[in-house]
Amino acid sequence: MPAAPRFPFAVLLTALSLALPLQAATPKDSLVQAMAFDDIISMDPAEAFEIAAGEIVGNTYERLTQFDIADPSKLSGQLAKGWTVSADGRSFTFELLPNLRFSSGNALTAEEVVWSLQRAVLLDKTPAFILTQLGLSKTNVAEKIRQTGPLTLTMETDKAYAPSFVLNCLSANVASVLDKKLLLSKAQGTDMGNAWLKQGHAGSGPYKLREWRANELLVLERNDQYHGRKPALVRAIYRHVKEAATQRLLLEKGDIDIARNLAPQDIDAMKGRPEVKLDATTKGTIYYLSLNQKNPHLAKPEVREAFKWLVDYEAIGATLIKNIGVVHQNLLPVGMLGAASDKPYKYDPAKAQALLAKAGLPQGFKLTLDMRTVQPVQGIAEAVQASARKAGIKIEIIPGDGKQTLTKYRARKHDIYIGEWASDYWDPHSNADAFTRNVDNSDEAKLKPLTWRNAWISPELTKKTDAALQERDTAKRAKAYQEIQAEFRKQSPFVIVYQQTAVAALRSNVEGFRIGPTSDTTFLAPVVKK
Amino acid sequence: MPSLRKFLPRAVARTVLSLALTYLGLLAVTFFIGRVVPTDPALAVAGDRASEEQLQRVRQELGLDRPLLYQFGVYLGKVARGDLGQSLLTSNPVAEDIARVFPATLELATVGIVFGVLLGVPLGVWAAVRRGRWVDQGLRVIGLLGYSVPIFWLGLMGLVLFYAKLGWVAGPGRIDIAYEYSVPTVSGLILLDAAMAGEWEAFRSALSHLALPGALLGYFAMAYISRMTRSFMLKELGQEYVVAARAKGLSEARIVWRHALRNAAVPLLTVIALSYAGLLEGSVLTETVFAWPGLGLYITNALQNADMNAVLGGTLVVGTIFIFINLLSDLLYRWLDPRTRS
Repeated sequence: MPAAPRFPFAVLLTALSLALPLQAATPKDSLVQAMAFDDIISMDPAEAFEIAAGEIVGNTYERLTQFDIADPSKLSGQLAKGWTVSADGRSFTFELLPNLRFSSGNALTAEEVVWSLQRAVLLDKTPAFILTQLGLSKTNVAEKIRQTGPLTLTMETDKAYAPSFVLNCLSANVASVLDKKLLLSKAQGTDMGNAWLKQGHAGSGPYKLREWRANELLVLERNDQYHGRKPALVRAIYRHVKEAATQRLLLEKGDIDIARNLAPQDIDAMKGRPEVKLDATTKGTIYYLSLNQKNPHLAKPEVREAFKWLVDYEAIGATLIKNIGVVHQNLLPVGMLGAASDKPYKYDPAKAQALLAKAGLPQGFKLTLDMRTVQPVQGIAEAVQASARKAGIKIEIIPGDGKQTLTKYRARKHDIYIGEWASDYWDPHSNADAFTRNVDNSDEAKLKPLTWRNAWISPELTKKTDAALQERDTAKRAKAYQEIQAEFRKQSPFVIVYQQTAVAALRSNVEGFRIGPTSDTTFLAPVVKK
Repeated sequence: MPSLRKFLPRAVARTVLSLALTYLGLLAVTFFIGRVVPTDPALAVAGDRASEEQLQRVRQELGLDRPLLYQFGVYLGKVARGDLGQSLLTSNPVAEDIARVFPATLELATVGIVFGVLLGVPLGVWAAVRRGRWVDQGLRVIGLLGYSVPIFWLGLMGLVLFYAKLGWVAGPGRIDIAYEYSVPTVSGLILLDAAMAGEWEAFRSALSHLALPGALLGYFAMAYISRMTRSFMLKELGQEYVVAARAKGLSEARIVWRHALRNAAVPLLTVIALSYAGLLEGSVLTETVFAWPGLGLYITNALQNADMNAVLGGTLVVGTIFIFINLLSDLLYRWLDPRTRS
């Protein structure tokens, strides 16, 4: 008989003894968060438009204006000391705070503000529309945005928009003010520093970007040149951790201070634990089912309405989106000017069946539903599949990854699609523009908002949306959006299902952290560790 | 042993041709699959909110508006010059990205395979010798667990037990945040870099982070290697030379460890090499659970985001690993076993 091999066990024991426990605590002067940030593609504010990038830009750059995250309908100046609007409503004059500096030490004056806004328009990356919708274009931006003094500038718009709309647009990340001197020294060709800034930093915010390693680590460091109250913590570190269960373990062990992407069941498990606390904020993100009007069945008004009675909102609210969302049936998220909280629809298969009979489809019909294989979208798709079957509608689910389903959706080749819409800037027009406006429904249309993607056109709602955008009386403007939403709920091929709630789980010694309603308003500067 | 000098040139000549063809095939298949999938890479750059004009511009910049064959030609030319293009997601050259993530996978896979071989081979031998006894049965159960339990779940359970409850090992990630900047990156292999810099606390931290995912991958490698070792050994133990050796009065230990294992080692080499290649390919799920920034995670993420340059570059690296490890084990196999050379 051979000798029994004993050494493997010795190897195992050695390995275990070498791997002794190490101190599991985060550095006192740093905030360590676990977050999935694999969506970041650029750190240039004129280009960055993804959720995680939004948060980083929001903490490392400043804009002329900002909204109050406690009351998002209130606007104040960030770099601007004040502003005036001309009598015709088309000219905005800003005065800057004195003695501002970028993290590089370079001065921040009206020259840099003007250059930054012009640069965003000239580069014309995806978020540029937030500025170009004000009538700015590559050809006219040099004369529309002008420096009028060392600390003053004016901006002219093509129409007399609601002032709140213009100021809200200027609070978006795309309007961030950049270090012109630094960027011009890094420019390649005519890119105004874009290639370098994808991973670099040229801002004046409370933090500066030290390092971004895609899908691994992101480090922010305190900016000692910052004009406002300096952050208490020297560093803010993000670790890319995709798995919710892993984030939870890291938090429980104290290896991180904040977990940002917990699943509903993890959040449940965190409740009532003394060493952990939760921070929840309703975000400006809504989830919806959309019915492509190119499908002749779905184009019938009765069928569109029937679908609104075929979603089991209550069950979805109680299970699939528990802790991460609330049932919502309107196009504006709660918290925004003009938001409505009406919820007229509930699950009623009998009513839906009656509507289908009225549409001449008493036997029901077959459809496909394109779904991203992520939660809770997958759960909602399956729930809708089951509840629609009660009215005779057979839904075949087509799973795919995000980019795949999106490609199909953008080409309007779907029947039903489950979408997610986050407001681009904190103004009702951001959502109204996508969900109600459509000026050309042809396949060759130049503008392709969500209405177009579902081949739906309502000239009347388009007109009302344009009018609301120019309403300069804020109270009247809010009322206009209420009316638009009432119409939208009845007619549209969009079944709004819920509004997202973002939840962060924090170690109890972390104070001052609050998730903002938009991705760029989760501010780290006020955070302290006790 | 045959002379290497005689054997090598012929083998090299034969393999170079098949290597070139394999590469061309690999490049063509990955490229065309990448272009056929119903996903628009321009969307990854421009985002969902981009206007049609902006999308068109991005398509033009990426050369996606040119005919497929032309795009393939450009791609081949670039690869020949060692240029894998730029990643859409990280804005870095793909080659640079891979050079950064690959050492993480190499470190993990190497620990895994060492673990797998050190445990798998002796256990396999032991099971063959004690065929049908409790060792053999026990090993079968362990092996079965290795095949049937999702690695993802086992990883999570390992974390809960050894990291969260017992505190024996460090959690996800490659090193504690506190040591993140104390180790200068030279080779990219954290253990090696920390040792070279004399940062022993950082070394311990990295080792502690490596222990669990390494052991987990090692377990899966072990399950496979031990099963194959067992079957190769059983075959050898039934050979005539074993009977002859026993008749000559050689000790059983000598027969098993010196004679039978040496003969079983030839096919076993291929098994180990392929297991290693499999681990190097990137253990996607392990890397996800342990937030391990390696090649597997890189390719998966690139795939999900239609970052085609990164997908093609990553696949090329994986293909290269497979081709070379295969080639190496093939050469060794033929060198060690003269019968396969005819």
